[in-house]
Amino acid sequence: MATSLIQLLLGAVAFGTVIMFGCIGEIITEKAGNLNLGVPGIMYLGGIASLASVFIYEGSTDAPNKILCVIIALLSAFIASALGGLVYAFLTITLKANQNVTGLTLTIFGSGVANFFGGSLNTLAGRFEQIAVPVTSSAFKAVTPLSKAGTVGKVLFSYGFMVYLAVITAVITHYFLNHTRRGLNLRTIGENPAAADAAGINVTKNKYLAICIGAGISGFGGVYYVMDYIKGTWANDGSIETLGWLAVALVIFTTWKSINAIWGAYLFGILYWMYLYIPGLTRSSQEIFKMLPYVVTIIVLIVTSLRNSKDKQPPAALGLPYFREER
Amino acid sequence: MSDNSAVKDPFIRVVKRGDMKSGPKICIRIGSVVVSLIVCGILINVITGLNPVAVYVTMFKGAFGSTRRSFATIREMMMLACVAIGLAPAFKMKFWNIGAEGQILIGGIVSAGCMINLNMLPTFPLLIIMFATSAAAGALWALLPAVFKAKWNTNETLFTLMMNYVAIQLTSFFVSKWENPKGSNTVGIINSNTQAGWFPEIFGQKYTLNIILVVTLAILMWVYLKYTKHGYEIAVVGDSENTARYAGISVSKVIIRTMLLSGAVCGIAGFLAVSGASHTISTSTAGGRGFTAIIVAWLAKFNSFYMLLIALLLAFLGSGATEIASKCKLNDYASDMIIGIILFFILASEFFINYRLVFRKHAKEEA
Repeated sequence: MATSLIQLLLGAVAFGTVIMFGCIGEIITEKAGNLNLGVPGIMYLGGIASLASVFIYEGSTDAPNKILCVIIALLSAFIASALGGLVYAFLTITLKANQNVTGLTLTIFGSGVANFFGGSLNTLAGRFEQIAVPVTSSAFKAVTPLSKAGTVGKVLFSYGFMVYLAVITAVITHYFLNHTRRGLNLRTIGENPAAADAAGINVTKNKYLAICIGAGISGFGGVYYVMDYIKGTWANDGSIETLGWLAVALVIFTTWKSINAIWGAYLFGILYWMYLYIPGLTRSSQEIFKMLPYVVTIIVLIVTSLRNSKDKQPPAALGLPYFREER
Repeated sequence: MSDNSAVKDPFIRVVKRGDMKSGPKICIRIGSVVVSLIVCGILINVITGLNPVAVYVTMFKGAFGSTRRSFATIREMMMLACVAIGLAPAFKMKFWNIGAEGQILIGGIVSAGCMINLNMLPTFPLLIIMFATSAAAGALWALLPAVFKAKWNTNETLFTLMMNYVAIQLTSFFVSKWENPKGSNTVGIINSNTQAGWFPEIFGQKYTLNIILVVTLAILMWVYLKYTKHGYEIAVVGDSENTARYAGISVSKVIIRTMLLSGAVCGIAGFLAVSGASHTISTSTAGGRGFTAIIVAWLAKFNSFYMLLIALLLAFLGSGATEIASKCKLNDYASDMIIGIILFFILASEFFINYRLVFRKHAKEEA
């Protein structure tokens, strides 16, 4: 019983880290008043960019440097995801296209790009075995000796560095949004862009920055999934898309507070893996159990809308375009 | 913050246009599609080394090279158009129903269930029962988020999105219940001997009934949105809920009614997918069409006939990209990439229809 509980926790943390990154990025974006439904696509872009760049690097030298591998993976993922965010920002802010439709298009585009290259990288490179980046993946999965220090050590320290990076990002984001001038400016834009504009805040610039940086952070979820979760390979099974949508759902669950994303993400992980640890389930009743995270999100949605309390609401101008001349 | 003190004209200013004539509108839209096709051609050339013109010839052959292929493309177009037709009233009302994927699956599950359990019935009554039950199932699936939106303003975007995943798990559940042969974890082709519940061949073609059904739905939806009181109420609620309330329209009633309709048509799309195309059910029965169709409906400005045209374009790109992928031994996700790029361009082109740019010099001349 105790071992299976530990297994469940380990699985939940790994799962939660993927969606935590996606969720934090989306919180920053939504605080600036843009609902980006392109999170799954952005996570796809981040995942494939890191995989492709490291694949090329590992193929080009005999002794790949682990630290360089990690830097290349993170940097390329951040750039690719931020570029995805930039396309979304350009279309929705400058060209005033509808945010939901643009976001969905970004998801289609991102999953197309990622699955296309993920599935044919080997053919393009003239090799035929399954794509793999063992060196980088081992660097991402490396753990400190603390992980061997009994049960506590195992539960707390047996993860790759990105698990801790996610938690740190959540804390920094919380501090940035609530305790800095720039964070305040950003929240003002999300609540009332016209007032922010009148106060001399550059709405366009801040929105662009928030969306691109938010997208970059979301993209790290893809990196963690590819490098750590599935150990540096690629699977065309649409999992990143599912995880991306759960990340969007988690934003609601956290009521737009990144600090809540830490426990919220792990809770989603527990709900997701729970079916493996409930005895006596047949294969078909397992499928019913896998509904849990989605059903819980629906319940949270309903409860927050019923309670209608002021500090648990989305940014007031979320999803609305801002055009100075139209007031 | 620094340069706000001095008042100066910006170099470029964006000005909202009045209504544009339909001539230039169509030119801009066609232009954006052409430009995006050129960009995609260059991209494919860079990746595969194929000559861009040859790429489109290959794509055309893949989509319309033989009667069988043409009908496969048309079947895909009808499927996509059917979902878009279902989504149109919801989106016109600004109800963000991104749960079409789930509504299709629920319709599909019910259709497959009828095919498996009622296969003793003759074709015609069976088809009618399947049509009615799948529409009802889709409508019920859409009703839940609609009621919460109408009564408590629960966010419908995420509600409908989550309903997709509940529907996917429900599909997995039924797939493992109905699996055939045992242990395969697929349902297999249902009634492959008797063909009970399959769309019959009409005029020697398997997909004639798909075309008839979807074109009928398209015309009905066009009339419904354009010429009925319900359609007018949907337009008013979509433009401004406050105006609707002021005019005495019951907003929650309109939301619930419209979502029932929207879900029903998406459920029918599931019936089309199971009974009129694949004759099986799996979690990929909806295959992302629920999302793509949103963009189809939005870009067509909810006009049924434009929806058919855009669906044709996307179906062509889909089967064309599959052809290129199989020729170059690449995988067929290339079609999603190309569709994404084209949609980006069409979305961007809308800007030039709604707004115009004013440069500084012009502004001075005007003044």
